[in-house]
Amino acid sequence: MSYLEFLGQYGDRILSGTLVTVLLTVLASALAVAIALAAGLMRLSPNVFLRGIATVYIEIFRGTSLLVQLYWIFFVLPLFGITLEKFTAGFVAVGMNLGAYGAELVRGAILSVPKGQWEAALALNMTPAKRMVRVILPQAVLIMLPGWGNLLIELLKGTALVALIAVADLMFQVKQINGTTFLSAEAFGTALIIYYVIARFMITPFMRWLERAMQRKLGRA
Amino acid sequence: MFDWRWDFTWDILPRLIVATGNTLLAAGLGYAIAVVLGLVLALAQRTPSRALTLVVREAIEFVRSTPLVLQIFFVFYVGPQFGLRLSPWTAGMIAIGLHYAAYLSEVYRGGLESVPKGQWEAATSLNLSTSRTYFRVILPQALPPSLAGMGNYLVGIFKDTPMLSVIGVAELMHTANAIGSETYRFLEPYTLVGIIFLALSLPTAAGIRLFEAWVRRKLGMV
Repeated sequence: MSYLEFLGQYGDRILSGTLVTVLLTVLASALAVAIALAAGLMRLSPNVFLRGIATVYIEIFRGTSLLVQLYWIFFVLPLFGITLEKFTAGFVAVGMNLGAYGAELVRGAILSVPKGQWEAALALNMTPAKRMVRVILPQAVLIMLPGWGNLLIELLKGTALVALIAVADLMFQVKQINGTTFLSAEAFGTALIIYYVIARFMITPFMRWLERAMQRKLGRA
Repeated sequence: MFDWRWDFTWDILPRLIVATGNTLLAAGLGYAIAVVLGLVLALAQRTPSRALTLVVREAIEFVRSTPLVLQIFFVFYVGPQFGLRLSPWTAGMIAIGLHYAAYLSEVYRGGLESVPKGQWEAATSLNLSTSRTYFRVILPQALPPSLAGMGNYLVGIFKDTPMLSVIGVAELMHTANAIGSETYRFLEPYTLVGIIFLALSLPTAAGIRLFEAWVRRKLGMV
């Protein structure tokens, strides 16, 4: 079977798998960003209790494997009465895992906003919330964006693991195709190229664009 | 809802501990491959040949931006298609070693670039050969700035070994899966696996930070 015939026969399955992978990546990214912001801010909170929760969360999710977390969420959580559908379990696990890494990024970025900016906001009598939202965070976002570019590629790669709980993403589809045809080089090779294209020609340019947009917004272009 | 069974826990613990040995072995072997191969990849980008640099760079980008689990499948299944049969261990070590070699080569590259140009000039003026310059002058100085990154990826490779379970390497995750399907109990095996990972990766990460500080002091780089 030539490669073109292979694509003709299995192209639609590979395409549907790719769409699922993209959807998972988008949902998990949104979750990861939200968690990272929350946990990152909590780590900087003066409240010991909030700081403790965030630290424990971050250490647990950074200290164990994504695969372990995924299996735990999918197989063990139902025993506690929380049953997640496999697609949901998939993006929740990936989002929570990368969110923990993102939290450290958020924390680092906020801490690296120059001290004068904090003092200026204080001098203008801004409330702590307003100071964070209007002065510190916009500058912190610019600092952390390059780090997020790497994290989102890690996240895309992480979504491939959800195939192991039978979510029909790209990885799952090519695994099935390999199982029935034994055309391993074609099946897995195609998937490798698609992941590469998504990472290199979609995520990376998007993050570059976002960085430039943020720079313009802050008048630093 | 919460029915943790301690007798079952003690029953399966020995099996999981044996499997932990395999996990550590896999991480160690994979890391050894990655450390050496990563250096080769980093040095390959420093030859006068532009073409070689470009090819190696692009290959590293490719390996870094595609999922490890897919690479493991690729290495394991593509061999037999062309008549080359690899055992799960061999395929797994090749895949994970290659993946982390790509990451480590970036760490080395940063370290090598941080060596001041004057060191090269001094080595040239002393008429040292290229290999002697690298081994006696450049690499010892490139190492300390690389240590933090190398340590992070040692913990990283350890946490990625569960992916080897997909091709049947009998490490922790694979054993936990086997216990789960034999007994239909998932709470204890998966939770224990999580605890074992935490118990090993947190102290290792702390130990690496101490080691790094020690090396910096030792080399008078504080």
